[in-house]
Amino acid sequence: MKRLRNYLDSIHPHFIKGGRFEKFYALYEMVDTFLYTPADVTPHAPHARDALDIKRVMTYVVIATMPCIIIGLWNIGYQANSAMASMGIEQAPGWRGTILTWFGFAYDPANPLGNFLHGFMYFMPIYLVTLIVGGIWEVVFAAVRNHEVNEGFLVTSMLFALTLPPNIPLWQVALGISFGVVIGKEVFGGTGKNFLNPALTGRCFLFFAYPAHMSGDAVWTAVDGFSSATPLGLAALDGMQAIFANGVTWTQAFMGSIQGSIGSTSTFACLLGGIFLMYTRIASWRIIFGVFAGMVVTSTLLNWIGSDTNPMFAMPWYWHLTLGGFAFGMVYMATDPVSASMTQVGRWIFGFLIGFMTVLIRVVNPAFPEGIMLAILFANIFAPLIDHFVVQANVRRRKRNYV
Amino acid sequence: MSANAKRVVLDPLIDNNPITLQILGICSALAVTTTLSASLIMCLALTSVIALSNASISMIRDRIPSSIRIIVQMTIIASLVIVVDQILKAYAYETSKTLSVFVGLIITNCIVLGRAEAFAMKNPVGISFLDGVGNGLGYSIVLITVAVFRELFGSGTLLGYTILPLVNDGGWYEPNGLMLLPPSAFFIIGLMIWLIRTYQPKQVEKREYQVHRIHRTETY
Repeated sequence: MKRLRNYLDSIHPHFIKGGRFEKFYALYEMVDTFLYTPADVTPHAPHARDALDIKRVMTYVVIATMPCIIIGLWNIGYQANSAMASMGIEQAPGWRGTILTWFGFAYDPANPLGNFLHGFMYFMPIYLVTLIVGGIWEVVFAAVRNHEVNEGFLVTSMLFALTLPPNIPLWQVALGISFGVVIGKEVFGGTGKNFLNPALTGRCFLFFAYPAHMSGDAVWTAVDGFSSATPLGLAALDGMQAIFANGVTWTQAFMGSIQGSIGSTSTFACLLGGIFLMYTRIASWRIIFGVFAGMVVTSTLLNWIGSDTNPMFAMPWYWHLTLGGFAFGMVYMATDPVSASMTQVGRWIFGFLIGFMTVLIRVVNPAFPEGIMLAILFANIFAPLIDHFVVQANVRRRKRNYV
Repeated sequence: MSANAKRVVLDPLIDNNPITLQILGICSALAVTTTLSASLIMCLALTSVIALSNASISMIRDRIPSSIRIIVQMTIIASLVIVVDQILKAYAYETSKTLSVFVGLIITNCIVLGRAEAFAMKNPVGISFLDGVGNGLGYSIVLITVAVFRELFGSGTLLGYTILPLVNDGGWYEPNGLMLLPPSAFFIIGLMIWLIRTYQPKQVEKREYQVHRIHRTETY
């Protein structure tokens, strides 16, 4: 390790101002600070002290997504293997089939390791493309705009990849992450200045640009020609009976063995990650509980109102929690510290707004079966306004009390 | 053409473009740019309205009492828009249907009223007419560029002719559905503004404040 440090120190002069590779300082800085804690200290007041810096924060979020990745990849393989068994397909096509055969895994839905490996081979290309394409944009902007390559991108890329369906064409992945990084973040000045969640911005772009690859029945299982709607899609058509008729139980939906985006099917995994994030205080518990409360209140209210024509009105809150990307959005997306509200009271309002809008879009809007993505982006836009009113209310209250 | 006239016509194209610099008339730029043919008609309609309204307002500019000048300007603009709308309905009925209310909404287009108020009220007829033509062309450049991108990437066609064969018709191009939605025009106009301001830094607005920053390559 000492040698690595010495090597990095020896090439340092080339990257500072006037050096040969001045333009690539951002790259050097990225590698250096990823491997070692930077020695820079704040030279002027105010000296804010915290054991956590942004790199640790971002790394913790990536660690927190691990349960989602593990269960998500298993589920992709499980769905694919089950579909292949039901359709009588012997072998996965292309390079995936070659590798699986080489490892000696049969396409058995009961074998967790085989399922995981099968899912891994769908997730890995998506994730690699996200990292490489998004990373290139990050470095380009870091070099031109004189800022650092931020670890925030590791989180963005992981969350973005986990919210995609397994069958998505890779060029669309590249386009989506480019849009998310450039339009969602870099045009506003980079990490910390974006008002929308970049991962969701990229996903939203794909959702509206290529709806055939991001929604519907055919995209959720990684087997060609197999079509099965997500439970939420079923419910949007025929209500709760459709879910039960399809043999989906609440436990299945909670554990995540249902159709859906790669990483967001398992509420259980999201909650594990959420507990970790709340325990380490990376994510604001106020936002998470705000989203939850908003969802419970709104869905209960709609249950109570009822409707003869729209079966979604009857969906209880514990199903809203487990279906679609609700838990994933609540834990990982809504709590993005940059695009969420910053004040404590504002976080409650911000979270509540997301929960409320999610249920409203799911139930009342006939165009989209899922609403968490649009709800979070919507609340992102309102976050600064919420903060403004919270701060103003605080100023007024203190004036009244102390003058 | 005198130097002044040339400046009046050419300035609004890039240097003082009504959309990309003054950010006026965005509404129609979002609404009518899904297909190139519709936006060409819209450009033609707006350019003729703005040129003729500038000329007619300039003709009577000394007779208009300043307290009711906006009403007079609006009346003239509205009459011209109605004429254009009727001509479109008579000779290009299909296109006029796709443009729907947006021809009528030229009345409320900020560029038209803005030029009447800012230029035609102070300048003689000939030059006011040219100013209208120039601003109409500036508007048209942006609209046509946006429409080319939106129609090409959204439906794979230009003016209805297939350029990129679609997957559904056996080709290779997967159409981008976002391009058919109005927000895409926002992104394209935003990117155009970015491009123009990179090329002409003097169009960049002054910062409201500047936080002191240490250059990344400086060591302290």
